[in-house]
Amino acid sequence: MKVTLKIWRQKNSSDKGQFVKYRVDDVDGEMSILECLDVLNESLILRGEVPVAFEHDCREGICGSCGFVINGVAHGPERGTTACQLTMRHFKDGDEITLEPWRAKAFPMVKDLVVNRRALDHIIEAGGYISVGTGQAPEANGLPIGKEIADQSMDAAACIGCGACVAACPNAAAALFTGAKITHLGVLPQGETEKGRRALAMVAQMNAEGFGNCTNIGECTAACPKEIPLDVIAKMNRDYLCGSIKQREDLPTPVAPVVQGA
Amino acid sequence: MKLDANIPSGPIEEAWAKACFDMKLVNPANKRKHNIIVVGSGLAGGSAAASLGELGYNVKCICFQDTPRRAHSIAAQGGINAAKNYPNDGESVFRLFYDTVKGGDFRAREANVYRLAQNSTKIIDQCVAQGVPFAREYGGSLANRSFGGAQVSRTFYARGQTGQQLLLGAYQALERQIHAGTVTMIAKTEMLDLIVVDGQARGIVTRHLITGEYNIHIADAVILATGGYGNVFYLSTNAKGSNTTAIWRAYKRGALFANPCFTQIHPTCIPVSGEYQSKLTLMSESLRNDGRIWVPKKKGDTRPPNQIPEDERDYYLERRYPSFGNLVPRDVASRNAKTMCDEGYGVGKSGLGVYLDFSEAINRLGEKTIRERYGNLFDMYQRITDEDPYKVPMRIFPAVHYTMGGLWVDYGLQSTIPGLFVLGEANFSDHGANRLGASALMQGLSDGYFIIPNTIGHYLATHKFAKVENSNPAVQEALTTVKSKIDTLLSIKGKRTVDSFHRELGKILWDYCGMARTAEGLQLAIGKIRALREEYWKNVTVPGTGDDLNESLEKAGRVADFFELAELICIDALDRNESCGGHFREEYQTPEGEAQRDDEHYSYVAAWGYTGPNSAPELNKEPLEFQYVHPSQRSYK
Repeated sequence: MKVTLKIWRQKNSSDKGQFVKYRVDDVDGEMSILECLDVLNESLILRGEVPVAFEHDCREGICGSCGFVINGVAHGPERGTTACQLTMRHFKDGDEITLEPWRAKAFPMVKDLVVNRRALDHIIEAGGYISVGTGQAPEANGLPIGKEIADQSMDAAACIGCGACVAACPNAAAALFTGAKITHLGVLPQGETEKGRRALAMVAQMNAEGFGNCTNIGECTAACPKEIPLDVIAKMNRDYLCGSIKQREDLPTPVAPVVQGA
Repeated sequence: MKLDANIPSGPIEEAWAKACFDMKLVNPANKRKHNIIVVGSGLAGGSAAASLGELGYNVKCICFQDTPRRAHSIAAQGGINAAKNYPNDGESVFRLFYDTVKGGDFRAREANVYRLAQNSTKIIDQCVAQGVPFAREYGGSLANRSFGGAQVSRTFYARGQTGQQLLLGAYQALERQIHAGTVTMIAKTEMLDLIVVDGQARGIVTRHLITGEYNIHIADAVILATGGYGNVFYLSTNAKGSNTTAIWRAYKRGALFANPCFTQIHPTCIPVSGEYQSKLTLMSESLRNDGRIWVPKKKGDTRPPNQIPEDERDYYLERRYPSFGNLVPRDVASRNAKTMCDEGYGVGKSGLGVYLDFSEAINRLGEKTIRERYGNLFDMYQRITDEDPYKVPMRIFPAVHYTMGGLWVDYGLQSTIPGLFVLGEANFSDHGANRLGASALMQGLSDGYFIIPNTIGHYLATHKFAKVENSNPAVQEALTTVKSKIDTLLSIKGKRTVDSFHRELGKILWDYCGMARTAEGLQLAIGKIRALREEYWKNVTVPGTGDDLNESLEKAGRVADFFELAELICIDALDRNESCGGHFREEYQTPEGEAQRDDEHYSYVAAWGYTGPNSAPELNKEPLEFQYVHPSQRSYK
């Protein structure tokens, strides 16, 4: 089949950027949309043009590198699917498909479909861990953890850090991402000890990076390729509240945000 | 070169403890005066950088992805082995050691493997403490499952995303150290050369992938944890960015490259669907716990699988290997799938596929249980193929997955260049000629959490480190080499894309140095690789410039290295006149078609040394001695 790709082209953060249309013939339904971009890029290179920049790595939906907005939806129309696993059979011959990057203040533009998502690392850096050093661990089965708790933790831990939740949110909030980590660690007995402090530090960092506020719209969970449930945000709010009540002076130092003065 | 693996003397059970005690220590106050570079942020690199940071060293961690959490370890699905013996089924450190040495077809170093088995239990403890949500039983204890090449259940897992969860554990530990200021993270940056000053590894040259800026990083020791080189085949289960550049350029600076031809072809991957295909997707080995592999008994049978009656199906693994059945090791399962397809029993459009069928397990356990165990894998299969594996058997075919070969290291994980340490898949050390499933995660974390923090201290405590200035001739020479290579690639302006060369190179390797190899085919391949490489340097085209994000340029440098490595792989495969593990030379097989080793002549590690751009590599041999597991014809019957 033949499709037209309408792609956001922007040389760098200071360039204005614009949509450019490209026709791609010989599209196979088994191809992923990234492979469709590969085919386009091969032809652009041979024509002496600059290929479309996009992030990708594992191409099996787990590394979180890929992702752009496809026809207005982060990662495209299929639920629970990353762009790299979105096959072209979900489109029809003659379709025009619009591709644009994640758009959020906290994700500065790099090039074409690539944005800088280091702000998500900063949120983890601020407190998204259990403070245990190598060698300090007790025997693994010494602490029984019920299957329900382990499953709840795993549901949240499945987050791949792609940033689709931010792109999908009208407020560009990172609440689903942050809530997922707070839930993953906070429901486990190992992570219980520092859950208040963790929530306070991570939320503060999230705000400092310039992510918007959560207003419980739920676009994030609908766009999430790993279908992280919305209730992780409730868990974040609860841990934040409990943490605020018990707050002491010595919160971790915040990290300098990606976008200064955000 | 005489290779000394520095294996401690005495009983193997006490070797590591003895080695640790004999090591010199660095005073806590002196640790922060030492700079260490870690290249790679996967299970090995991430865990090493975090652990060294915790000890107080001054660490720089480099990765080419936009964040350390994207390293390819994240894609590991099935699990991680550990000799915990929670199921009470006869597991022990010795059995894990034994299975790994045997699974590697007696081409691994015993002392290393024993230490790996010892460390395995501590890894599970560490990861649980970090909050890795391993699968649990209702009573709250950790769950286990079985993997290929073992008759005990020793594999710990987090659904089909074990690699992801272990990596996130290491990544979080790493971020904690970044916050503490002990580790500086340098993302979107690629190592392009190793700086060797007065015979010691003292730094690296990098290029920033967004600005194109070159940087020099000087340190007292360099750790490479850059993963495997399976992408030399173009199509593999590796991430697109996985490459050999860091270890290859270290090889060209004097590190020996061991057993390059030992590559693992994974039996259960989704078959290729077309020419545009950019990568292959793995279906975890854990599926062989409950899935049964079969082909129709009739050649070229085109009936849909559900219409082929039970007695017209050939469950060939269960038939040929009754004691291990569908859980034979990967090399054996792959080779058998290939044989079936070569003989005309293959299924699917291309005839390159066999069935992996869950109907029996679904009938026995119910769809809910199967969904719980493998749900995400089934979803992934359906997303890619548009077929429902709960109703129709999966079609699978072998694909390049892992490379057992890598830079040669001694017992302390140090390469032949003092101060250059190599961890994880990037080294050659623990898996011999075939890696058992769920052992890669174990090795990466054992190297990073528990081995390197000890051995690097000994190196730092016993060597002197003169200050190295950027003006040092060795530094400038490395920088110039890197720049001129990139300038050359940009200036060729030929007529073929980097990918078209890479695809053709991969096809040559797959055809002649894949699941079956012959002397004649390998010689042919070497000629073809050389000719194609020559064309590459005349006819490749790289668009754009070197001063912004330019993926074609990144790939061009990596493919240039793949060309050179591909030749070395074939030279090594040609030199090894025996079959062992994943290295199957058709000339050397038993009457039943199994790999026929030649222990008398080939019980050694082949460590190749670089001698110059147009001269043959030099072969160094590290003899392998087996005191605990006696080499035998591997049998899974």
